[in-house]
Amino acid sequence: MPVLEIENLTKDFSVGFWKKHPVRALDNLCLEVCQGEIFGFLGPNGAGKSTTIKLLMHLLHPTSGTARILGQPVDAVSMHQSIGYLPENPYFYDYLTPMELLTYVGKLFGLRQPALSKKVDALIESVGLSHSRNLQLRKFSKGMVQRIGIAQALINDPEIVFLDEPMSGLDPLGRMDVRRIIASLKARGVTVFFSSHILPDVEALCDRVAILNKGRLQEQGALEEILKVRIEGHDVILSGWTEVHMHNIRKFSEEVRPMGDRLHLRVSDPEKMEGLLAFVFSNKLELISLNPIRPSLEEYFQSLVGSR
Amino acid sequence: MKNMLGRVLAIAGNTYRENIRDKILYNLILFALIMILSSLALGRLTLGNEDKVILDLGLASISIFGMLIAIFIGISLVYKELEKRTVYALLAKPVHRYEWILGKYLGLLFTLLVNLAVMTVGLALAMLYTGGIQAGGYVRLLPAVYLIFLSLALITALALLFSTFSSPALSAIFTFFLWIIGHFGNDLLGFGKLTESAFIKGLCRVLYYVIPNLSNFAFLDSRSILQGTGHFQPIDPLAIAWATVYCVVYCAILVALGTAIFMRRDFK
Repeated sequence: MPVLEIENLTKDFSVGFWKKHPVRALDNLCLEVCQGEIFGFLGPNGAGKSTTIKLLMHLLHPTSGTARILGQPVDAVSMHQSIGYLPENPYFYDYLTPMELLTYVGKLFGLRQPALSKKVDALIESVGLSHSRNLQLRKFSKGMVQRIGIAQALINDPEIVFLDEPMSGLDPLGRMDVRRIIASLKARGVTVFFSSHILPDVEALCDRVAILNKGRLQEQGALEEILKVRIEGHDVILSGWTEVHMHNIRKFSEEVRPMGDRLHLRVSDPEKMEGLLAFVFSNKLELISLNPIRPSLEEYFQSLVGSR
Repeated sequence: MKNMLGRVLAIAGNTYRENIRDKILYNLILFALIMILSSLALGRLTLGNEDKVILDLGLASISIFGMLIAIFIGISLVYKELEKRTVYALLAKPVHRYEWILGKYLGLLFTLLVNLAVMTVGLALAMLYTGGIQAGGYVRLLPAVYLIFLSLALITALALLFSTFSSPALSAIFTFFLWIIGHFGNDLLGFGKLTESAFIKGLCRVLYYVIPNLSNFAFLDSRSILQGTGHFQPIDPLAIAWATVYCVVYCAILVALGTAIFMRRDFK
């Protein structure tokens, strides 16, 4: 059952001071998101991801087209009772503490004491901000602001959560925490719609993805269908090699870089990769790591739509 | 309806909290209190009119610094939220845009009310120090401060309207000039009557009704409050009631206009 239905959603912005002309930020987007799935909304910077989410949050008025969340139009304020939203690069009232901010947001949802206090405490705990509960947000790091942003998006136990670049600017530990939170939302049956241009995050979490470029939908579907065919080769690190092996190794790899006692290789051809692995195991060399090479989304988009 | 009231009050409460944690506010109140206290020194330079000078200077200080607070905070009321993008997360909540504007406005009014209370206490203490005022004078001070509050509520609504579509600098200029012009509303009407040009006569009449007439809130002078020796006008409750009605209607129109502009805005 779709919880989000977008039909021919289009948004033009007027630019120019005297002679205003429209610039299309989103072009006839059609999309459906089903209940309980994690949906990745991908695209390079300027693709129209944030514009789409702002249209869904009714922060922007569409030029044409419609969108429905939980069966209701996006301008129905009552529908917003059941959704959560984390803006891109969120900024909250920096004179408030996490407790004050969440209490304020909770009141907007009609939550009352003492349930509100319990909810606020539980959320602060779940996003790992217990030690900073009484610290003003102006003293928070970017990662901490992102965490409180996620907490405020969840204060109403939403059925669907919209996260705009939730991993943006986070360190690896912060990203892991956000991944954990998103996974726990799915476990509770919450639908998560999140935008990103960072492929590993999407791979780790999403059931389905849509790819947007220059305001137009390029592809949508299950993640495996879209991404698995895009492996360009492998990075291999070996140790225990000697100069005797080097001649044969060069036959399999187009790039060979000795670094200390390790050898960094790049192999593009899948058949050569098989040959290299057979050589490594038969000569009892040590395989330190083997990583597939995937293009970044930006590179992928360039190959998909040509240079910008 | 109950939920709507709850949301508006939550927004108003947060706006008040934002304002009282702003250092500019305290600086302005401090200056106002210094001005009121300095009236003590000036009062000593007069012969027999010490209380009147203290009261005149005190009420003028409350009015001017109240106006500065209303403009400084009012112009940034919407703009700051858009600039810092704090409004994005909030308007995605079950909050109507008109509730948000109304909540911000009420929050600022409450801030002004508290500030006026602090400054009025400062003035009352200054008058108490001189000891020349009758007990009833302190009670009659309240209608005068109430009228200042009404004028500030109107200024705030103006600043709020401008802040929904222009930058803080422009909003400040527009509001400040309207505050000045607003004190000469009756003069504008009088000027229209003097001229023979029908166009200018009509223009003056239109401007008289469109521009906020702040002279509606400035009919009480210090003699009416002190009611000591010499001629004074008794405080007219009907005039205060009219000023209240005028303020409420004018502010409602300004806030409705601001809301209409805000409802159409895109938050890019």
